[in-house]
Amino acid sequence: MSDTVSLRSARQKPRLSLPSAGVNAWRFAVVFLALLLAVPVFVVLGHLLEPSGEVWRHLVETVLQDYVINSLLLMIGVAIGVLLVGVSTAWLTSMCRFPGRSVFEWALLLPMAIPAYIIAYTYTGLFDFTGPFQTLLREWTGWGYGDYWFPEIRSLEGAALMLSLVLYPYVYLLSRAAFLGQSICVLDVSRTLGNGPWRTFFFVALPLARPAIVAGLSLALMETLADYGTVQYFGVSTFTTGIFRTWYGLNNATAAAQLSALLLLVVFALIILEKGSRRQARYHHTTQRHQVLTRFQLTRKQGLMAFLICFGALFFGFLLPAGQLLWWAFTTAEESLDGRFLSLISHSLLLAGAASVLALLPALFFSYGKRQHGNWLVLAAVRMAGMGYAIPGTVIAVGVIIPFAAFDNALDAWVRERFGWSSGLLLSGTLAALLFAYLVRFLAVSLQTVDAGLGKIRPTLDEVARSLGSRSGEIVRRVHMPMLKGSLMTALLLVFVDVLKELPATLILRPFNYNTLAVRAYELASDERLADASYAALTIVIVGILPVILLSRSIARSRHVEST
Amino acid sequence: MSPYVKLILVPLLLCLFGPAYASAAEVNLYSARKENLIKPLLDRFTEETGISVNLVTGKADTLLQRLQREGRNSPADLLITTDAGRLHRAKTAGVTQAVSSATLNSLVPADFRDPEGHWFGLSLRARPILYVEGKIDPAELSTYEALSDPKWRGRICIRSSNNIYNQSLVASIISAEGKQATAQWAAGLVKNFARPPKGGDRDQIRAAAAGICDIAIANSYYLVGMLTSKDEAQRRAAEKMALFWPNQAGRGVHVNISGVALTRSAKNREQAIRLLEFLLSKPSQAWYAEANGEYPVRSDVAAGERLSAWGAFKMDSLNLGKLGENNPEAVRLMDRVGWK
Repeated sequence: MSDTVSLRSARQKPRLSLPSAGVNAWRFAVVFLALLLAVPVFVVLGHLLEPSGEVWRHLVETVLQDYVINSLLLMIGVAIGVLLVGVSTAWLTSMCRFPGRSVFEWALLLPMAIPAYIIAYTYTGLFDFTGPFQTLLREWTGWGYGDYWFPEIRSLEGAALMLSLVLYPYVYLLSRAAFLGQSICVLDVSRTLGNGPWRTFFFVALPLARPAIVAGLSLALMETLADYGTVQYFGVSTFTTGIFRTWYGLNNATAAAQLSALLLLVVFALIILEKGSRRQARYHHTTQRHQVLTRFQLTRKQGLMAFLICFGALFFGFLLPAGQLLWWAFTTAEESLDGRFLSLISHSLLLAGAASVLALLPALFFSYGKRQHGNWLVLAAVRMAGMGYAIPGTVIAVGVIIPFAAFDNALDAWVRERFGWSSGLLLSGTLAALLFAYLVRFLAVSLQTVDAGLGKIRPTLDEVARSLGSRSGEIVRRVHMPMLKGSLMTALLLVFVDVLKELPATLILRPFNYNTLAVRAYELASDERLADASYAALTIVIVGILPVILLSRSIARSRHVEST
Repeated sequence: MSPYVKLILVPLLLCLFGPAYASAAEVNLYSARKENLIKPLLDRFTEETGISVNLVTGKADTLLQRLQREGRNSPADLLITTDAGRLHRAKTAGVTQAVSSATLNSLVPADFRDPEGHWFGLSLRARPILYVEGKIDPAELSTYEALSDPKWRGRICIRSSNNIYNQSLVASIISAEGKQATAQWAAGLVKNFARPPKGGDRDQIRAAAAGICDIAIANSYYLVGMLTSKDEAQRRAAEKMALFWPNQAGRGVHVNISGVALTRSAKNREQAIRLLEFLLSKPSQAWYAEANGEYPVRSDVAAGERLSAWGAFKMDSLNLGKLGENNPEAVRLMDRVGWK
């Protein structure tokens, strides 16, 4: 039993030795592509340099403090929520035996298919003062308004709860993959040293899974920062609502972009903080020898607890809101499943499918670029390219419109002058522009997932393969790919589901006559016709479930591959 | 994985580089009116004229941004918004053009179109005071301004100041009373809130019906929507409410419009104006009332049974372009008084 986990220092760079000219070309290509994808982010940051007049003084004097404090509190709330739910359920389903485990394994991912603003609508519909729950309560007890205390769902705490319920799957997914990927021998060593399940969890498994957990957490937090629908509906003033208020209400696009840029700085700070706390530690497994996992057998009481924890997450994150949607769809919705509705589905599927594949390619490219040739320039460029995830979709969309339209119009002007005809708008208003926006917005999801997967492949494996005469391409194909398969599937499907739910960028950038499920759901829901929105919302959920199930199966299978 | 990739990539490429919209007779529309509140009319238009209409819906400000950036190459011929302020903004941004049509000018009253012909109202949206029947004697109600009176402490529901309807309402009061008085009024109103603002207009109506407050300020078509809802709870809530037209002795009820502007880059000008005229035709005008409980902008078209039951009322005759001009001031003012 020679399995250990090494904490390598960063200086020991693993390398597939490529010809030295190739190294530079590779680096150059990574930096170039990353900067290209970071253009919208730069467009946003570029506004920092412009004067925006008196608006800032007004913001500082009146509302900025609210924006900052509420955004921070929301992030703290969501962080606590997703960590508690995500890590505990991941540990339970991967390491313990209790009734229903095999179902929870995939079912716990289901909340991911529900857009945050939709879960907010359903919870409000159920638990608000005028909702059926409190109405029944009042009918039974004869209480009136102000006679009793009930948690206010439309509040900061409520928003944190809603976001936690739909975002914990990111943490669950990545930390579960990490737990499953952990060499069982390490855990066995821990046990032979006299550690019980709790100590093993806290002192061995949790620290080892940390990069994955942090990756999941940072996805959840970035999503939180970018959320608009939930906080707007709940009347919580955060950075995002502030951005839109400044833009739409104060009619100051520059100040709005500057607020977004500030938001980006916060994200930068978070990342640096995390990096700093991790110091130079790297987490590679030094072996791929796994055994079939022997899960902890829980006692009846413990099993019941485990069941309740997992069921709670599933119930409040999925069953309850989906049930409410289903109820609305059956009882009050006016939507019918005609040809138009089918086209919504096909549009959504097409966009989500294309975007997930498109996002995977640069993610792989960047991940390898970082692994093989990661100097500060490469790391910084890739980091920039991934920032889009924390920016509200609307702002990204504008960051896409500006350069695309500028390019189209410049080309058009040139063609007019040169050839006397108009090339019109080549890219603006096409699906290409929309897909580019998705790429910018969701690259981080792909990247984090692929990074996490690649990070677990220890460099010595490359060295062994090299010593056996494999060339780089062969190593990637025959060694890395089989081991990465689970991560790649995860990346594909996370982006797929994200794009399926994506609203603001789709709304702004889509071509004529091109609607998606999310657009339909939003249009009806924002008109407070929740019941009518339920068809489209439910369909998003149903379409999202399929990949989620595929995903969990592929994770399970990828483990079998490793356990040979 | 590769067959999947093909499955995705092939149709994608077809979509990306397929032919642009090239049919002979067409109009391209950027609309802040949601699809289900405009598409039926557009379908009717296509049926009657053979001119096809291409539609993108979205939020007014982002559509405007798109229009601005696309510049002279923008495909859009018409921009539809759901408030006059945005039309004014579009005009100021220089992306609209004037239409001088005697027909249109005669159909749309002067208050509800741009003096220079850059935009025209299509339908009217009134923002009256709604109250819980039996709880309040309508004689106690008079004006928007009076709602800041301390006697309404904790009795008023209204949505967030992020919402354009509230921004426009405050903008109209700024026009009538000046900044100072409006700020005082808004501060008083905020003190009278029954709860921090949240949700939409329907939410305010529901909250009032449930006893959280006695007064809700909401656009009247939301009340219509609830009265005709399939959801019994919504109907019951709406039936508890009555409608009061404020400021009848003075300037009149605050109204806003949904309206339309011809873009400067319009390449299908002729078809676009035909569509504009169609949207102002009698049957279309009646449709707004029928489908969404909005008032027709034409005075010679009846508002429909339900709206007529609430009686005729005096509207604020402020030219709506003012709402756009005063909008930033309104938002700053609401920020200062802590109207969330």
